[in-house]
Amino acid sequence: MRALLPLGIFLLIGLAFAVGLTKDPKLLPSELLNRPVPEFALTELYDETDILTQDMFDGKVSLINVFGSWCVACNVEHPVLMDIAKRNEVNLIGIDWRDERPKAKDWLAKRGNPYRKVIFDNESVLAIKLGVSGAPESFIIDKAGQVRYKHVGVITPKIWRNTLLPIIKALEAD
Amino acid sequence: MRWIIIGIISLIMVLSFALADAAQTSDADIELRAKDVGRSLRCVVCQNQSIDESDAPLAMDMRKLVRTRLKEGDSNAEVIAYMQERYGDFVLLKPPVQSNTYLLWFMPFLLLFAGLIWFIKTSRKTEAKP
Repeated sequence: MRALLPLGIFLLIGLAFAVGLTKDPKLLPSELLNRPVPEFALTELYDETDILTQDMFDGKVSLINVFGSWCVACNVEHPVLMDIAKRNEVNLIGIDWRDERPKAKDWLAKRGNPYRKVIFDNESVLAIKLGVSGAPESFIIDKAGQVRYKHVGVITPKIWRNTLLPIIKALEAD
Repeated sequence: MRWIIIGIISLIMVLSFALADAAQTSDADIELRAKDVGRSLRCVVCQNQSIDESDAPLAMDMRKLVRTRLKEGDSNAEVIAYMQERYGDFVLLKPPVQSNTYLLWFMPFLLLFAGLIWFIKTSRKTEAKP
């Protein structure tokens, strides 16, 4: 019986590691869930005279997508966003994060622009308010302008179909 | 009359010096406090560095935000709370003592205590043997 003690301890530690180490520390839960989009006033990427604020999310369900021309994973996500835009499934808004206007415009010109509006945030003003830690990152906003879901990382067709689209559909029915 | 004017002028001079001095020390003070706050906030990109030591662009922007908030009159604790509200407990490099971290904070003492008990028990046994 005594000899089993070390084995027991080993199994316990093993179990703790098995649970702890498989959790991705990069997946931070959003603190903003079910709270309104923070106040901001930033210019549009293409039209510097167009000042965008949190009011732009009123009345429709939106998907905010944080991207940048420097972001490698955004290249992978981009075709999925183009498909979403083509099917007109949601009010897709981009946040061009820590970027330069010419580079971002170039990036979108080459690949196509899936966004209805692009918020230009080169100093992480809105990004920090949203608790963004990397790109791509996406938020679902309901008709009342509240954050309802946060997705960290690339939106794959499967994630879109199985997770994000059902949430958007449910919010639209509300 | 002349003395009153001299008095007023010297008062203004003394005050302006004092104010200039205050402005200077407050700038240096904010710098010091920003460093202090920065050291206790985790850079969420690199995760095991504070924003004070990280070169990540996001950490740079977070440092800038800490400074502006301090300049606007926030206390150190208020700035940290502002970040915590956005990034959660995760942004604090030193985990707060709360119900879900009791195990983390008190485990070492628990183990020490268990070890002590074990030590006392076994040493008594060996003493009794010979």
